[in-house]
Amino acid sequence: MTIVDPIKETAPVDPNVVNITINDKPVVARKGELIIAAADRTEDFIPRFCYHPRMSPVGMCRQCLVEVETPRGPMMVVSCMTPVAEGQVVRTATEGVKKAQEGVLELLLANHPLDCPVCDKGGECPLQDQAFSHGPGESRFVEEKRHYEKPIAISDIVYLDRERCILCDRCTRFADEVAGDALITFTSRGNDTQVLTFPDEPFSSYFSGNTVQICPVGALTAKPYRFKARPWDLEQTESTCTSCSVGCRTVVQSSRDELVRYQGVDIDPVNWGWLCDRGRYNFESVNSPDRLTSPLIKNGSELVATSWSVALENAARMIRLALAQSTNNVAILGGARGTNEDAFAWAMLADKLGINQRDAQLGDGLSPEVFNLAQATIDETCAASTIILLAPDLKEELPVLYLRLRDTAQKRKSRIIEFSSRNSGLTPYAWRTVGFEPGNQAQIVREALATPEMKEQIARGEVAVVVGRANLAESEVFTLQALGEVLSAVPTAKVLPVLRRGNVRGAVVAGLTPKNNSGDAIDILNAAAAGKIECLILLGVDPMADVADSGLVQRALAQVKNVISVDTMINASNRNADLVLPAAAYGEKNGTTTNLEGRISNVAQKITPRGTSRPDWMIATELSIALGADIGVSSLEDLNEKLVNTVAAFAPSSDAKSTHGDGVLMARETPVTISGVASRVTDRNAYNYRLVVSRTMYDSAQSTISSPSLAGIITEAAIFVNPLDLARIGVTEGASVRVGVDGTNIVIAVKAHNGVNRGTAWLPFNHTGVDIRPLLNIASDVTDVRIEPIK
Amino acid sequence: MSRLNDANIKLAREIIARYPRPKSALIPLLHLSQEQNGYITREAMQHLGELVGVTSAEVYGTASFYEMFKFEPVGKYLINICGTMSCALMGAHELMHHAEKKLGIKAGGTTPDGVFTLAHAECQAACTEAPTLQVNYRYRLRVTPDDLDRLIDNLRDGKLNDEFPPHGVLSKVRQSIDASRAVGAKAPEDVNEAPAWLDGKAAL
Repeated sequence: MTIVDPIKETAPVDPNVVNITINDKPVVARKGELIIAAADRTEDFIPRFCYHPRMSPVGMCRQCLVEVETPRGPMMVVSCMTPVAEGQVVRTATEGVKKAQEGVLELLLANHPLDCPVCDKGGECPLQDQAFSHGPGESRFVEEKRHYEKPIAISDIVYLDRERCILCDRCTRFADEVAGDALITFTSRGNDTQVLTFPDEPFSSYFSGNTVQICPVGALTAKPYRFKARPWDLEQTESTCTSCSVGCRTVVQSSRDELVRYQGVDIDPVNWGWLCDRGRYNFESVNSPDRLTSPLIKNGSELVATSWSVALENAARMIRLALAQSTNNVAILGGARGTNEDAFAWAMLADKLGINQRDAQLGDGLSPEVFNLAQATIDETCAASTIILLAPDLKEELPVLYLRLRDTAQKRKSRIIEFSSRNSGLTPYAWRTVGFEPGNQAQIVREALATPEMKEQIARGEVAVVVGRANLAESEVFTLQALGEVLSAVPTAKVLPVLRRGNVRGAVVAGLTPKNNSGDAIDILNAAAAGKIECLILLGVDPMADVADSGLVQRALAQVKNVISVDTMINASNRNADLVLPAAAYGEKNGTTTNLEGRISNVAQKITPRGTSRPDWMIATELSIALGADIGVSSLEDLNEKLVNTVAAFAPSSDAKSTHGDGVLMARETPVTISGVASRVTDRNAYNYRLVVSRTMYDSAQSTISSPSLAGIITEAAIFVNPLDLARIGVTEGASVRVGVDGTNIVIAVKAHNGVNRGTAWLPFNHTGVDIRPLLNIASDVTDVRIEPIK
Repeated sequence: MSRLNDANIKLAREIIARYPRPKSALIPLLHLSQEQNGYITREAMQHLGELVGVTSAEVYGTASFYEMFKFEPVGKYLINICGTMSCALMGAHELMHHAEKKLGIKAGGTTPDGVFTLAHAECQAACTEAPTLQVNYRYRLRVTPDDLDRLIDNLRDGKLNDEFPPHGVLSKVRQSIDASRAVGAKAPEDVNEAPAWLDGKAAL
């Protein structure tokens, strides 16, 4: 094979280019590159177990031995630890190399149980494959093999079989180096060396599933996939995860028309092969027995199954009835869970009917204005000298973005300045963390960025601002104000908006956002509560669970005459709906999605939709025909063509191929500057605590509670205060306290947390047990509560 | 309570300050903890993790690598009888049998009163003086069964308290490093200039 050398052609003398030969063929390598990485670009495969291109090399397994010419003759080196050098001569298949590689494999297999017939890894196992391709074919080891209890559960999800383990250090390295959760480690020494957790402490990492994926043997397996399928029976298709808005590239795998596994795919601009456990394992909810299989219509006080024709006829009747009086009588909430095409079809229908009230965000996002500021991609953010965080806890809400930012901070490429009202997962890696009390952030940001130290740091180079809603108990205004302060201090800063819902950016840009100055989701709910909305369409949303102010949602749903829900399951919001249309879920439909940085990539269908459920776009199309307002969509391709031709931002994705692999960025508009927002700082009564309400990775989201492997991980609701405040309240850890605001009280356990500032209290949103939402009033700028011991 | 006590926390902070990275102090701190408690407890490992900023699992991983850190209570006196070749030839096995009979326990066990733990050991690097044993890592050489009887009796009677501190105490003399020498320890990646002792002879 001849290696075309693009670098050489353009720049003959490049100090970063190193010329080597591998098996007598010239290879162009980068300075500092490892031999194994250079060889991976040729046809000559070097066997390996411990080497992983996204982690630092350790030379643990010794399988990648190759020969390098030296003045004293050929020398055996581990190719994963040896960097290339000019003129280096590498041989990967000599007799000596063959003997060495076979010897290593024989040793690795000496204690391996060879229980391949009952091992989940069998069929896709690097140890099996490389024993076949590079092994000696027989063993001289006749003694008793090492025995351990098999397997042991090291977390709620992951099982460890130490007999199968070859001690490659991939999982332990991942946990320490990539995830920052060094909860598994090598213990003991010599023949007793084994991977273990601290005794009786689980490997409770949000990223534990990645260790299962990168395990080169069957030592680590995950509960949701154990004994579910054989690898050769799997069908798979590449797709994009829409559990949050990071948009990790995945492979969706099925067996017998059921989803059985997601695996991360390594794409450079986004996830580097990693996934979070929620995204990886919530496929179970798609297989849930609670999935809707046919449309449901209200009959008396019950929802009963009906046919699509009856359902669509009724939906059309409800909408027509409401529209007969005014277009303001109909509103659409949601759309962020679907594809760009789903959102666009509903937006077209809304346009056709004149429905202005629509919002894919649920009052916990940011004004779509942030998409028009100068935008940063994830890569651009990680490459900036300074990253300013005005964001929620990314480890909890956008886990893989946390991995990327942690990586850049750890490798000292960027410095993170975090503004936050409580410590986040990134706090340990931030260069500076500046705390603030909710409501005061604009002032704090202004003062902090004016200090000489910060000014000097900001002057070092590019600045990126990561901006999102950190606190559901404070008004959006404060975040926008703080962003305004950053942008006036650093006008060249680029913005990475981090709105959390799967395809919220795509849905908003495709048109599911308030039109003609109509109100947002909260205004819609207020109008509904005031009896001004007759027909409310819920597009894959459960506002009862997802909107901070549950009282408002309750009043709104009670007042609306007809609620039409398009969803995959029955939830608190559509339990009393008048019509429920079953929607196809993730993995059951094709289309494209947009991640938080505006990257358009495809989502792919792998299994048939449950029952008669259909993709949202198809429901919109058929409803439009039933309404006599045909949006003229004949197929998904046709719809996609309309989308890329109508909405300029989607134009770069006009070639379907561009949405595969890395995907393609939305067209960026000419950046605007943020408009001034009036300041509204409110004082806190010193006896009260200011609330920070935010989401954690495992909350009672529909996809989590209907995934059995994840549902058990959700923790009980509790309120967290600074340890000093715990003493001030006069209670001990775990005691029940009364938390009250404006005459509304809840009784909840209180816990101490060093990451919570004094005078503030943190309430994780949507956990099991006590419902905290009665405390939240969306109309308040901030929420101050009293915390009292129960006598 | 097997977290470090206040005096030892103070000492631990001094030890940590000697290293460019806190976690480099882990082994000395494990010894300190073993000195305080006689062995390494769960809570001790959690506490040390907090002190040097690593997870409990990492402390456990490090500690379990080393034979001298014990995770179960051991007697006040740990008697290691060498069983490697020279000692074996010079009667180590007989010595071990004798010790087992004398103490009423098997090798690896601890007497019910918690005073003695008996263990096999590999070469103690004193082959010319075989057979050898160590009590809390302090040598006794050319040991005969009679010597062993006397040693055990004397230990039990407290007559050898000066020579043999309880298990976990490595040294009766505490190393002390002047604070001025501890200050300025830097992580390798933070070092931008050659150390003074190089006297400008080599550049980094």
